[in-house]
Amino acid sequence: MSDPTVKKNLFSVGHTGCAGCGQVMAARAVINSAGPNTIIANSTGCLEVLSTKYPETAWEVPFIHSLFENSAAVASGVEAALIYLGKKDTTNIIAQGGDGGTADIGLQALSGMLERGHDILYVCYDNEAYMNTGVQRSGLTPFKTNTSTSPIGKASLGNVRPKKPLPEIVNAHGIPYVATASIAFIQDLQRKVKKAISIKGPKYIQVHVPCPLGWRHESNQSVAVGKLAIETGLYPLIEYENGVLTARKIQPKPVEEYLKVQGRFKHLLNNPEEIKKIQEIADNNIRKYNLKAETAPQA
Amino acid sequence: MKEFLEGSQAIAKMVKLCRPGVISAYPITPQTHIVEELAQFVSNGELDSQFINVESEHSAASVVLGASATGVRVFSATSSQGLFYMQEVIFNIAGLRLPVVLACANRAISAPINIWNDQQDSVPLRDAGWIQLYAEDVQETADLHLIAYRLAEDKNIMLPVMVCMDGFTLTHGIETVDIPSQELVDKYLPPYKAPYKLDTENPITIGPLVDADYYMETRYAIEQTMKDVLKAIPKATAEFAKVFGREYNGLIEGYRISDADKVIVAMGSVCGTIKDTVDELRKKGKKVGLLKITSYRPFPIQEIYEALKGVPRLAVLDRALSLGSYAPLASEVRAVFFGKKKKPSVISSFVAGLGGRDITKDSIKNIFSMLTNKERAGEFIDLKPELLQEKYE
Repeated sequence: MSDPTVKKNLFSVGHTGCAGCGQVMAARAVINSAGPNTIIANSTGCLEVLSTKYPETAWEVPFIHSLFENSAAVASGVEAALIYLGKKDTTNIIAQGGDGGTADIGLQALSGMLERGHDILYVCYDNEAYMNTGVQRSGLTPFKTNTSTSPIGKASLGNVRPKKPLPEIVNAHGIPYVATASIAFIQDLQRKVKKAISIKGPKYIQVHVPCPLGWRHESNQSVAVGKLAIETGLYPLIEYENGVLTARKIQPKPVEEYLKVQGRFKHLLNNPEEIKKIQEIADNNIRKYNLKAETAPQA
Repeated sequence: MKEFLEGSQAIAKMVKLCRPGVISAYPITPQTHIVEELAQFVSNGELDSQFINVESEHSAASVVLGASATGVRVFSATSSQGLFYMQEVIFNIAGLRLPVVLACANRAISAPINIWNDQQDSVPLRDAGWIQLYAEDVQETADLHLIAYRLAEDKNIMLPVMVCMDGFTLTHGIETVDIPSQELVDKYLPPYKAPYKLDTENPITIGPLVDADYYMETRYAIEQTMKDVLKAIPKATAEFAKVFGREYNGLIEGYRISDADKVIVAMGSVCGTIKDTVDELRKKGKKVGLLKITSYRPFPIQEIYEALKGVPRLAVLDRALSLGSYAPLASEVRAVFFGKKKKPSVISSFVAGLGGRDITKDSIKNIFSMLTNKERAGEFIDLKPELLQEKYE
């Protein structure tokens, strides 16, 4: 992105991502912040598909894609090999995947990687559903989202459960660094990646990445939509450093402002009762993470 | 040096001599003794290796995949359900052309759960793109690991190898084993030099999305390499004989077949029992023999044909099944002779030793006696008919 310290894009142009893809913006910021001495292990999903269509690749760093659920384990093997070769101290390792590959099918491998204490940064690009296969519901899909496997109908208003609290689950492993981030606050994301790779041990960053196709908003609105998720309290920007919490303060906006700009929540707009339940989720976040600013935050 | 060792100890000692830089495995009986022993070597500082304790076999296979892709020699071991849990990664490792060596302690598959030996775990993975070698005794099991690395890391092969050994019989049985010196092993097996790897000095993308324009050629390439492996195995075993003085064909081994009129085709430790039975029956004037198949993948079609084309009657002994069709080894041996003019007049198929049921000399004699002009398909040996009488009302 616009980081002046970056000389070369390590995630180059020419990938096949959709216009306005939040994951592409985030992935580029992550690798450019980590730098060229980085090896990536990537799960199956949009990011791998859009960036490595043979015979082309968008990656200017060593990159391996194996399977959907094993990027944390593959990265663990890369780390073990680098230790054996005596190259670990000069190489960063990033394991990355989408929300399905991380929170659902890959959770066991992720937990193993965290528990074993590997010196790896895991990045979860959270677009809140299985976008690569056509917007099916994942464990990180929000409450009452309309997806292709939690479709709205006479008997349903969409996804029946709230998001799995993955940053909390990860933090419960007692690892040194856990953060959430968003493409709406790209410098914050860059800072968090740089901080994470400066810390030895397992690190986890979960980046909120709007998906125009799956969320059904205009492709030039990704950053604006992402920003509303933060500003409503529905996606708190938090950091746990050795378990100590800090959070980005907000002046909370009503959740309706976030819901009304996305087709996936359109069915809720004339349903005050459901909006109230979603407001409660935001209010709980605001209380739990002490998000409310005393005064207006600086831009 | 000759030592009196449990099979798992012998395997672990041989793997240690191969100097793997990364080892990863997950506990499962009857494999566990192998990696316990290796963990102890690492803990004692006798083996410079990263031993990664994982939360599942899926991750064990993924860890060695990642380490192998980083250019380091790796080892894993598993069995039964563990191999099945790895299955997705097993196929992936072959597709990525990574020279992983894995020990499979052959065990029955669930349900019903059963920890004892048969070959229903590795045989169904014959289509994975791995070289599969089946051992007869502890010495061969240990030696095949050395040969496996030689094959896998050959830059013209670059395919993973699964060394298959009958669980308990070969992992827990104690035999006198010759464990070579480090010097000799180093002579036979030079350090691994990866032709491609994850390296920040030379960034490459491994495991890209490959569409219909390019995919088929990747599979064809493995198929072609398998043909090269058929030539590479006898070379690797000949070189092995030069260095260590023990001779293996590596593809197949004929035992008293030149004048035999009845031959059993089999894989694994049962070949020892068959050899003893053959010797016994030969003393009584019966012209019987054994064809042991060491390399199940690649399947040495031409070599099997040449060895058995003049034998009047063949019995194929399977310790695995393809439920609903011919037993796997039997169907492949039959296919060897399909459309050939010179071939056995009878190829009968027998299934024995599932879930650890002993295959005794009497079982083998029974097979020879049932090898008549009447061709048999999937005849179960030592079945207990009384257990099949129970009715579920």
